[in-house]
Amino acid sequence: MIAYLGRRLVQSALILLGVSIITFALLYLLPADPVRQIAGRSATPETVENIRRQLGLDQPFFVQYWRYLLNLLSGDLGRSYIQRSQVSELIVSRLPASLLLMLGAIACELAIGLTMGIVAAVKRGSATDQALMVGSFVGVSAPQFVVGLLLLYVFAVRLGWFPIGGYGTWRHLVLPSLTLGVLGAGWYSRMMRSSMIDVLRQDYMRTARAKGLARGTILFRHALPNAILPVIAMIGIDVGIFMGGIVVVESVFGWPGIGQLAWQAIQRVDIPIIMGVTLVSACAIVLGNLLADIVAPFIDPRIKLR
Amino acid sequence: MTIPISPDVGAAATAIRPRTGVWRALLRRRLALLGLLVIVATIGAAILAPWLTPYDPNEQMFDGLTLEGAPLPPSAQFWLGTDLLGRDLATRILYGARTSLIIGIVANGAALLIGTLVGVTAGFFRGWIGGVLMRFTDLMMAFPALLLAICLAAILQPSLWIVALVIALVNWVQTARVLYTETSSLAEREFIDAERTLGAGTPRILFRHILPHLLPTIIVWGTLGISTTVLLEATLSYLGIGVQPPTASWGNIIFENQTYFQAAPWLVFFPGAAILALALAFNLVGDALRDVLDPTQRGQA
Repeated sequence: MIAYLGRRLVQSALILLGVSIITFALLYLLPADPVRQIAGRSATPETVENIRRQLGLDQPFFVQYWRYLLNLLSGDLGRSYIQRSQVSELIVSRLPASLLLMLGAIACELAIGLTMGIVAAVKRGSATDQALMVGSFVGVSAPQFVVGLLLLYVFAVRLGWFPIGGYGTWRHLVLPSLTLGVLGAGWYSRMMRSSMIDVLRQDYMRTARAKGLARGTILFRHALPNAILPVIAMIGIDVGIFMGGIVVVESVFGWPGIGQLAWQAIQRVDIPIIMGVTLVSACAIVLGNLLADIVAPFIDPRIKLR
Repeated sequence: MTIPISPDVGAAATAIRPRTGVWRALLRRRLALLGLLVIVATIGAAILAPWLTPYDPNEQMFDGLTLEGAPLPPSAQFWLGTDLLGRDLATRILYGARTSLIIGIVANGAALLIGTLVGVTAGFFRGWIGGVLMRFTDLMMAFPALLLAICLAAILQPSLWIVALVIALVNWVQTARVLYTETSSLAEREFIDAERTLGAGTPRILFRHILPHLLPTIIVWGTLGISTTVLLEATLSYLGIGVQPPTASWGNIIFENQTYFQAAPWLVFFPGAAILALALAFNLVGDALRDVLDPTQRGQA
C-alpha cells in the first residue's frame, strides 16, 4: 500500500510537471500577445518593449519556463499581469466559493442520480425504468448553460424562489449546484442502475429471498449498501468534469469562484492566472483520480492495487 | 490436433458482418429509432434550409421588431419569433443545424482519427512508442477538457475550422484509451500469433485483423463522440469564442440574445432545445449501437 502510494504520488507529480510544460508552451506559442493587452492600443513601441523586459517575456522559452518552475516549487505562482496581485492569493480567495459549488453539485447529482438509478433497477423493464433512463440521457445531453438559463428563468425570474445570481446564502447555492449536477446525475443514475441490477443477481440475494425476508429489507439492508458503494467511490473522477463546468456555470450565475477568475483571465490573456488555474485544476483532477483508485479496494476487496 | 479458437472471435464477426442485421436491430429499439429520426431530420433541415424558409438567416427585417425595438414572440409570420436584430429565429436555427453537423462530423472525425492512431499504435507496438503515447494520453486526461478548449479557442482567432480543430485536440483522449486497451488484449490473442506464424506482415495483421475487430468500438465511440462535440461547440459559441456571428450556430444564437432572455425566453429555449435534441439523438443511437454491436454488453445498462 505504501509502495503503491509512493509510486502513484511520483507519477502524479510527473503528470503535473507535464501539464505545466504543455500549458506554458501553448500559451507561449499562441498568437495573442499579453504585453499588447497590458500596454493598451496607444502605447509606444518603447513602452511595449519596457513592459516586455520587466515581465521577462523577452527571454527565450526555456529560460522563462525554468524561472516559472523554480518559483512554482517555492509556492509562487507569479503576479497577475492586469490586477498586479499574487495569483496564489487570487486563487485562494476564490477557491472556497468553487468548492462550495462543487459540494452542492455532488449533493444534487447523488440525490437525483442514485434515486433514479435505484428506482429504475427495482422496476427493471417497466415503463418507469424506460422513462428514467431517457431522463438520464437527457441529463447527459443537456448543455449546462441552457440548463442554467432555464432554471434561472423558471425559478428566479418567474417564480422568484431563488435569487437571479450572486453569492451568499443557501438560496444562492441551489440553482448553480443543480445546474452543475445535472450532467453527473445522468451518469450516476445509469451506473447506480447497473450496479443495483448486478447485486440483485447475486446468489446471496436469492438466499435472502428464499429465507422469506421482506422485500424492503432485502432491498435496503442487503442490496443497497453493496450496490451504492462502488458508485459513490467514483466521485473523485467527477472533479475533471466539474473543473470545466464551473467556467460555464459560474459565468451564468455570476458565482465568484475560480471558474470566473479563469474566464476573465482568458479574455484578457492574463497568462499567470490561466497557468495557475490550469495547474490547480490539474492537481484536483489527479488527486480525485488517485482518491478513486485508493478507495476502490476498500470497497471491493477483489480489486488489488498494482 | 485441435486449434483453440477463442470464442468471441466468431461472436464479434457475426455481430458486424450482416449489416442489415445491425440496422434491423437498431430500428427495433424505439429510442434508437427516435434518435435516428431526429438525426435524419436535422440533416434534412441543414441541407434544405434555403427551401424550408422564406427568409434569409441574416436578413434584419423591418417588421421583425416591435416599435420599441424588442424581439417578436412566436407568431404565424415568424414561427419561433425573431431575435434582437429582427431576424427570423426559425431560419437561424435551421441554418445553425449546418454548423452543428459540420463541426460534429469534422471535429469528431478528426478526434476519432487521432484517438485511433494513438490507441492502436500504442496497443499494438507497445515498447517505448506505446509508453510515450500512453503517458501523453494520461497527461491529457489531467487537463480539464472544457477549460483547455475555452483557453485555446479564446486565444486563437475563432472560426468554424479553429473551433473544429480545438475540439478535435481535446476530444481524442477517451477513444485512445479505450482502443489501447482493446488493441493490446487483441494483440495477445492466439489468432494473431497464428497469423504471424503463417507469415503475415504487420500491415496485414493490423488492417485485416486488428482494425476489423475494433470497428464496433470505433463506431460506438464515434457516434457518442458527436454528441460531446455538438455540446462543446454550443458551449464555446455560447461563451462567444466559438463560431462567430453572423454565421448562425445554436450556441451563438443564445450568446447574442442573452441580454433579452428575461423578456424573450424563447430566444434561449428554442436553440437550447435544438442542441439538446441533437446531442440526445446521438447518445441514444450510440448507446443502442453499443448494445447491438457488442454482444458482451447485451442486457446491461
